[in-house]
Amino acid sequence: MIELTGVTKSFGTLEVLHDVDLTVPAGSVTVIIGPSGSGKSTLLRCINHLEKVDRGRVRVDGELIGYRRVGNKLHELSERHILKQRANIGFVFQTFNLFPHMTALQNVLEAVGKQAEPRGRELLARVGLADKVDAYPRQLSGGQQQRVAIARALALDPKLVLFDEPTSALDPELVGEVLDVMRDLAQAGTTMVVVTHEIGFAREVADTVVFLDEGRLVEQGPPSEVLDNPQHERTRAFLSKVLV
Amino acid sequence: MSLLSSARAATGRPSDEPPPPDDLVVVPARHPWRWIAAAAVLVLVAQFLHGLITNPGWDWGTFFGYFFEKSVMDALLITLQLTFAGAVLGFAGGIVLAPMRLSKNPVLKSVSWGFIWVFRSVPLLVQLLFWANLGYLYDRLQIGVPFGPGFFSFETSTLVSAFGAALLGLALHEAAYAAEIVRAGILSVDSRQLEAAAALGIPRLRQFRRILLPQAMRAILPNAANELVNLLKSTSVVYVLAIGELFYQVQVIYGRNGRVVPLLLVATVWYVILTAALSVLQHYVERHYSRGYVR
Ligand SMILES: Nc1ncnc2c1ncn2[C@@H]1O[C@H](COP(=O)(O)OP(=O)(O)OP(=O)(O)O)[C@@H](O)[C@H]1O
Ligand SMILES: [Mg+2]
Repeated sequence: MIELTGVTKSFGTLEVLHDVDLTVPAGSVTVIIGPSGSGKSTLLRCINHLEKVDRGRVRVDGELIGYRRVGNKLHELSERHILKQRANIGFVFQTFNLFPHMTALQNVLEAVGKQAEPRGRELLARVGLADKVDAYPRQLSGGQQQRVAIARALALDPKLVLFDEPTSALDPELVGEVLDVMRDLAQAGTTMVVVTHEIGFAREVADTVVFLDEGRLVEQGPPSEVLDNPQHERTRAFLSKVLV
Repeated sequence: MSLLSSARAATGRPSDEPPPPDDLVVVPARHPWRWIAAAAVLVLVAQFLHGLITNPGWDWGTFFGYFFEKSVMDALLITLQLTFAGAVLGFAGGIVLAPMRLSKNPVLKSVSWGFIWVFRSVPLLVQLLFWANLGYLYDRLQIGVPFGPGFFSFETSTLVSAFGAALLGLALHEAAYAAEIVRAGILSVDSRQLEAAAALGIPRLRQFRRILLPQAMRAILPNAANELVNLLKSTSVVYVLAIGELFYQVQVIYGRNGRVVPLLLVATVWYVILTAALSVLQHYVERHYSRGYVR
């Protein structure tokens, strides 16, 4: 489904990602953990080409993201093509980023058009917001806003959904309602890559847990191995801080 | 209750006087200086109004005689046309120039920067006289291949009439200011909004039209309204091109009858009324764009 090979990315002289290889099978849930500044967001943003990689390749469903191969060269795609590819990849932001001048339903329909209204309503119902269809983002709680954002990402019928710390801007009592929605998505077979500090969620839902540190993929495997029996010193050190 | 009153009795206060605690009456603080200041200002206002009514110099008869007079109405229409056309052309230009100035393309960026620099620097009056005298610089204008043969050509003086020169000057002047107002609006929108739109695969132009601009409008509107009021009054400058707008027309009339003050007052009161109408319009447009921002 997603295949990253040798992904390397620098901001100026700072190498944020170093030679990252990662494979995410269709229908699976991958949780990325790691200390702040380790490059988790950057990795996620490289997958939908919000950030350009310096080296390496990103493939989604076999299709190269952001580039076209001609002979031995990779040509960057036109913006129009990149936008089209992004429509296959849902992205849920830490800060929701809903459009404040549009209602929940308008937010969900913005990228797909008004003719999809029945599906928009259905998606909002699916995230438990059937009664908030006409509410503006300011009128919703953080948890409700993030659920609208999830519905908006799903409206495009994406092949995969990327989540960047979807619950870390929420009050503790609102975290559960968003994780519930994500759990349902996982059960329905949505391919997901989730950056989160919710270790409980990772243990329960993830097929694969990936530990990233200083731009390197240190360890990956099923949660029972990476979370409960980590092989690397740095993973252990990180987990001992998170699991207090 | 009984506990309270007995406590009060214990501290030595008369026990029959204090009302029950939930009946306590709130007495607002008194502001004697406010009253004195208000009275002083009212006296000054009254004196001014008295002067308006009793000073024969204002000549209210002449004022009312000309206020709705046909030539004044026609002139008012021209003022409105100049304002409207200047605003539409100016803001259309601003909406193009602002994204140009913010773009990564160095050519677009510098052209926009240069345009804004030039047309903000040249006084409107000077610019108007320039356009009106364009015929001295180029006596023919033609449309054709750049640096190559032309297909259509016009006598400059027939193409750029006085009204055309006025409109051109106002529009270019206005576009430079509108560009900065629109740019301020665009900068006020959180960049994560565009990132979210890009992540949804929404095309560029649509991002601008549907996501960026409606949010930028909230910052644009108060400044745009200011600029519009300014434009309304700036139209009085085109009198130098002998265009029969409001200010030119009252000058013509007082040139004939010598009643300067009441006729200046005719123009003034019309400008005040039009500004009030714009303010009302501004209120409703701002309300429209505050959708989603008020709970
Ligand atoms: N646009 C940018 N320009 C320069 N440096 C950047 C940029 N974006 C990220 N960085 C740097 O890259 C590094 C990795 O950032 P990233 O946001 O991927 O970390 P993260 O693992 O998501 O951290 P967190 O858990 O705090 O969100 C950080 O050192 C950050 O300062
Ligand atoms: Mg991050």
